[in-house]
Amino acid sequence: MLRAIYDWVDERLDITPLWRDVADHEVPEHVNPAHHFSAFIYCFGGLTFFVVVIQILSGMFLAMYYVPDIVNAHPSVNYLQNELAMGAIVRGMHHWGASVAIVMLFLHTLRVFFTGSYKHPREFNWVVGMLIFFVMLGLGFTGYLLPWDNKAYFATKVGVEIAASVPVIGPYIATFLQGGDIVGAQTLARFFALHVFFLPAALLGLLGAHFILIRRQGISGPL
Amino acid sequence: MSKKLSRRQFLTYTFGGTAGFLASGMLFPMVRFAIDPVLKKGAGSEYVETTMTEAEITDSPKAVKFTIHRKDGWYQPPQGEEQTAWVFKQNGKVVALSPVCKHLGCTVNWNSNPQFKDEFFCPCHFGRYYKDGRNVPGTPPAKPLDKYKTKIENGRLLIGPLEKA
Ligand code: HEM
Ligand code: FES
Repeated sequence: MLRAIYDWVDERLDITPLWRDVADHEVPEHVNPAHHFSAFIYCFGGLTFFVVVIQILSGMFLAMYYVPDIVNAHPSVNYLQNELAMGAIVRGMHHWGASVAIVMLFLHTLRVFFTGSYKHPREFNWVVGMLIFFVMLGLGFTGYLLPWDNKAYFATKVGVEIAASVPVIGPYIATFLQGGDIVGAQTLARFFALHVFFLPAALLGLLGAHFILIRRQGISGPL
Repeated sequence: MSKKLSRRQFLTYTFGGTAGFLASGMLFPMVRFAIDPVLKKGAGSEYVETTMTEAEITDSPKAVKFTIHRKDGWYQPPQGEEQTAWVFKQNGKVVALSPVCKHLGCTVNWNSNPQFKDEFFCPCHFGRYYKDGRNVPGTPPAKPLDKYKTKIENGRLLIGPLEKA
């Protein structure tokens, strides 16, 4: 049955070469934990991507209830967490996943560093990876304001003041981030837009570039 | 097809089953969370007071305003939500009709179209109802207007939940 559906679609769209090109390739022995257990360090990139997928999915579901408005933001988070079935779980996935994503990203970066995989011809993918890192930090920073509680508010104040300490352009960055003179209604609205539209789009674009480069260049050789 | 399970098939089913199990463990909470409003029971409404006294109820429908308090998710308007009922007496009994059109939910008005005297009229698709709430055959609505339960206490009209049809 599934087979028949697949064949029907494949006959018309010719999808087999597409996924074969993505998925059908040898995993070299030195990155396969089944051969050398220590090769598990090569899993961290994939694990980072997996957590990002969880963040995107759980974030989409949170957005069904969350309202980016200073009057309703906190009540809506309180409602989705305490009065909806599985609310604490879905919010928990997003809350803890945000930290796990950064930890995985960091471990992945350490692996790339200590295996020397950033060297020519892969230096550009190191740069793409750094951009991914900054976008992820941006997602964490903007998402943290959204529950609109005291912790959120003061964390954002601190972050904005750090940005304001940049020489010359600091005050402009701060005003841009706040969308005005204070951390308030406009800040929450633009942090929400950055958090759910701009930064995820940037992240997906960068991840696409990251993965295309990996396929073009292959995984780096054994130590 | 051979009766024996090939090694390839066995592995496909095992890995597929494990992956499916893990994926559903991840997706179940999110889907359950999203459909919670469908599974929640609506709160039962109580009788609320109106400004109308029993003596004011006549044979011709009058619009009566009343205020209900309900929570819409995390939001509850502090001043409540104002609702309307069309109230009149029929054979000595109090009738309170809901103004929500049974076609597609617009709001009906009493005697508001000069063409259709002494009828409830809905401007959206020209739905019409007789005074007792029965839909005029040949107009869009397929059912009569809903009725509110009513009570008189201390000479005042109270409006309750909708009667089940
Ligand atoms: C790698 C990606 C992401 C990271 C690191 C991240 C991080 C965060 C963080 C730290 C919070 C604060 C949560 C809390 O303290 O409980 C948050 C909240 C939120 N995020 Fe994300 N997020 C990501 C992607 C997304 C995406 C793609 C969406 C939607 C399309 C989204 C929607 C939301 C919403 C609606 C909230 C507010 C609800 C709440 O506070 O529980 N997030 N995010
Ligand atoms: S909604 Fe009243 S006639 Fe269509």
